[in-house]
Amino acid sequence: MKKSILKSLAIPAALLASSITFAADSIKVGVLHSLSGTMAISETTLKDTMLMLIEEQNKKGGLLGKKLEPVVVDPASNWPLFAEKARELIEKDKVAAVFGCWTSVSRKSVLPVFEELNNILFYPVQYEGEESSKNVFYTGAAPNQQAIPAVDYLMNDVGVERWVLAGTDYVYPRTTNKILEAYLKAKGVADADIMINYTPFGHSDWQSIVSDIKKFGSAGKKTAVVSTINGDANVPFYKELGNQGLSAEDIPVVAFSVGEEELSGIDTGPLVGHLAAWNYFMSVDSKANKKFIKDWQKFIGSKERVSNDPMEAHYIGFNMWVKAVEKAGTTDPEAVQKAIIGVEVPNLTGGTAKMLANHHITKPVLIGEIQDNGQFDVVWETDDLVPGDAWSDHLPGSKDIVADWTDKLGCGNYNTKTKKCSGQNY
Amino acid sequence: MLLPRKGCIGIQLLLVQIILLLLCSPLRAALMDEQDLAVLADGSYTDKRELVTSLPDRPGATALLPVLQTMLGGDLYLSESGQLISVTDADNDQYRIADLDSGDVTLADSKGDLKRVRINNSVRRILRRTIAQLQLRADDPAMRLAAVNQIIEKVDSDSVAIIREYYSDEQDTEVREAMAVVLAVGDLRTGDVALAGAAIETLSTSLEPVALNTLQQFMQGTDSALLARQAQDAIDAIEARVAVYENIETLYFGLSFGSVLVLAGIGLAITFGVMGVINMAHGELIMLGAYTTYVIQQLMPDMIGISIIIAIPAAFLVSALAGILMERLVIRHLYGNPLETLLATFGISLILQQTVRTIFSPLNKSVITPDWMSGLLEVNSVLSLTWNRLYIIVFCLMVFLALVFVMKKTPLGLQVRAVSQNRNMARAMGVRSQWVDALTFGLGSGIAGVAGVALSLITNVGPNLGQAYIIDSFMVVVFGGVGNLLGTLFAGMSLGVMNKVLEPSAGAVLAKILILVFIILFIQKRPQGLFPQRGRAAEG
Repeated sequence: MKKSILKSLAIPAALLASSITFAADSIKVGVLHSLSGTMAISETTLKDTMLMLIEEQNKKGGLLGKKLEPVVVDPASNWPLFAEKARELIEKDKVAAVFGCWTSVSRKSVLPVFEELNNILFYPVQYEGEESSKNVFYTGAAPNQQAIPAVDYLMNDVGVERWVLAGTDYVYPRTTNKILEAYLKAKGVADADIMINYTPFGHSDWQSIVSDIKKFGSAGKKTAVVSTINGDANVPFYKELGNQGLSAEDIPVVAFSVGEEELSGIDTGPLVGHLAAWNYFMSVDSKANKKFIKDWQKFIGSKERVSNDPMEAHYIGFNMWVKAVEKAGTTDPEAVQKAIIGVEVPNLTGGTAKMLANHHITKPVLIGEIQDNGQFDVVWETDDLVPGDAWSDHLPGSKDIVADWTDKLGCGNYNTKTKKCSGQNY
Repeated sequence: MLLPRKGCIGIQLLLVQIILLLLCSPLRAALMDEQDLAVLADGSYTDKRELVTSLPDRPGATALLPVLQTMLGGDLYLSESGQLISVTDADNDQYRIADLDSGDVTLADSKGDLKRVRINNSVRRILRRTIAQLQLRADDPAMRLAAVNQIIEKVDSDSVAIIREYYSDEQDTEVREAMAVVLAVGDLRTGDVALAGAAIETLSTSLEPVALNTLQQFMQGTDSALLARQAQDAIDAIEARVAVYENIETLYFGLSFGSVLVLAGIGLAITFGVMGVINMAHGELIMLGAYTTYVIQQLMPDMIGISIIIAIPAAFLVSALAGILMERLVIRHLYGNPLETLLATFGISLILQQTVRTIFSPLNKSVITPDWMSGLLEVNSVLSLTWNRLYIIVFCLMVFLALVFVMKKTPLGLQVRAVSQNRNMARAMGVRSQWVDALTFGLGSGIAGVAGVALSLITNVGPNLGQAYIIDSFMVVVFGGVGNLLGTLFAGMSLGVMNKVLEPSAGAVLAKILILVFIILFIQKRPQGLFPQRGRAAEG
């Protein structure tokens, strides 16, 4: 509680307008990522990715004959500030589209602004689903594009019978674990074989939880941990696993929030062999990926910098937006919203990403084992691209709900049983 | 039996490896043919698993132990001519390249054309089993015991057969006892009534999880009421013993968590407790200490083990300096205005955070835990204590004792106490109160820096490190009684233990809430905390 008081006291960080060109005929693109505060660790990279993508597009001649101009603002990891900054971008800077947000709570905070002002947000991070807004395009994974395939892999290929669902206590892990629990039970896993554990943000004392996992895993059945533990808390968690002698062979941990960027800040020794499920890994061997990494390291000026899944999501989202604008012949958000559905662009893993009617995209799902150099060795991948599902089929409340933003339905929350579109438009 | 996992066994392994290298190297060429090497180089993980599984059946296979261990560590490479090579990091960014056949060691700047033997979890699992199987033939009883303990973790019919083969020849009692557990598990699983009685007897004395699981399975499957009762008694006996060890473990977790709280809070006990300054930047002083540790490690990458020791005084100096600057430039103008002090120090904490973010980037930095601090002290298969936590408990007590010594036995401590009790009287007696203020604040800040060294080993070193601990620090100081070092120690330890006792049943989030509610209620009843200050100072 004290923390939130402190946060609201925080001096709103000054607007960091990155470009001073005031060319009349430029298209402005908003970048809404925290550059200070807790989330700066993850979001700063995405801001840089956007700057790189825009710079490259300008080298190719811009868009519709105009230059693209990035407008960078810093919402400082402060959720209400996200909404203020979003309004500022749309009303004051008149941006054509916004790329931004990381946490679900920041997305929920800006959502009403985008709907009121009818602009576009590209959201690049894997999330819990159960949402489809007319104004948001979800280029990260929905639960069926990350969590469910990962559990399938553990169940079928590793033979896991006992499950620990460990997560940080907020909306993404809670919803994801609810979906996973329903899914596991539908697959015949008994209640006694599922252990669910939530910890606060930034939890650092994992001793008793790891000890509990160890006990839970010693019942003679193959056990795995499905981790939705968020960012910062992961390092002490893996360190404690290593300290208590739990190796990846005994109890593998599959994580949904640990990527190359997070691994680059830590000693990977205790993590080797643990798993992560994503739709992109830096180690994927494809031509597009090699070029992307080369461009990125050149742009940022360091051979050490890594690429990660949300960066790929921005890459896909940006290219989709460019294609949709070209298709519509205008940057008018309403026209672009119509034009973008069905647009296909290549992703970085050698496939094609398609924007679906529910504003989610098609993605491959990859499972990687952590190597000692902080990279992932892909051990499993889906045969086909998986279409993102906004409303989970495994939750009783959302089973019958579909989202379709084409003229056919024009609804993000349509109940196929009652044949009604819910009042909320997301 | 105390068995440190790292350390002595590692040295023994090394010795055995060297002996094996000397004795058996010519054999190895015969043990692995070209086809095997091709599998290692390019084979699928399934092929590698099959190859590794087949190895123990080859005569003289123990010679392959060093190869398998290198492979498990991920350090096994193949040269173009098919030599098995171990590549590990050496000093000065070089690689130590050792030919596992000839034992030749060279240092090189790059790995050249060497091809790494890639492994994954399934191969690692098979490797561990195979190594254990080969180690059963070792001469050293400690090594055989480690091998049996490895096998005990997952007992199947194959491993029972292997153990049975070695059991009759085994001389060492400890190894025999461990082996007997594996055999008893095997006997009980066959469901043979004639063997069951003795097997239950054996398992009832074992704390291995497999013993309990097998007994439970047996109980559900058996028709004999007598055996079922016997099994139930054995289960009860095991569970009673396990419960005792679990309580010890909880206590240990609580003490170690408590010592982290004490470390984080004890600096504040001086600045807030003794001087009455509400220092919101206390967490950032801890963070500075953690970053100092990181910088020291960067400066001496080849001496990770010593760098932590050097970081302690360095972190003290850095944070103390920052503290003294803060006191001289800002806080001394605000004495007597708690609200202004709170706001000003909060501002300083934001400035420090953003400064660190600018200098070191917002990404977390990794502080490497030295080898002598990682691993566990395995008391038995239920209770094992992690070394790093043990060191932190000891370190916390040392810091506490040092601080008590400074406050009680040195002239500085005397002056600090004098100033805090009656500033005017102390000044009249010739104490330079401003100078004392600065030094006291520096001391408290320096201790925060030292806490940062310890915290850097167990949590993230990042710009937000301090925020996570500031609330806890105030909680400990207020609960313990403002201005009382002993109170801080007791408060930290008891909050730690309380937290860990609550955590398994209530969950981490609820446990935190309950603790906070408890402290609020406690403060209502005893506003002065656990150990209230007595005498004239308290009234002022």
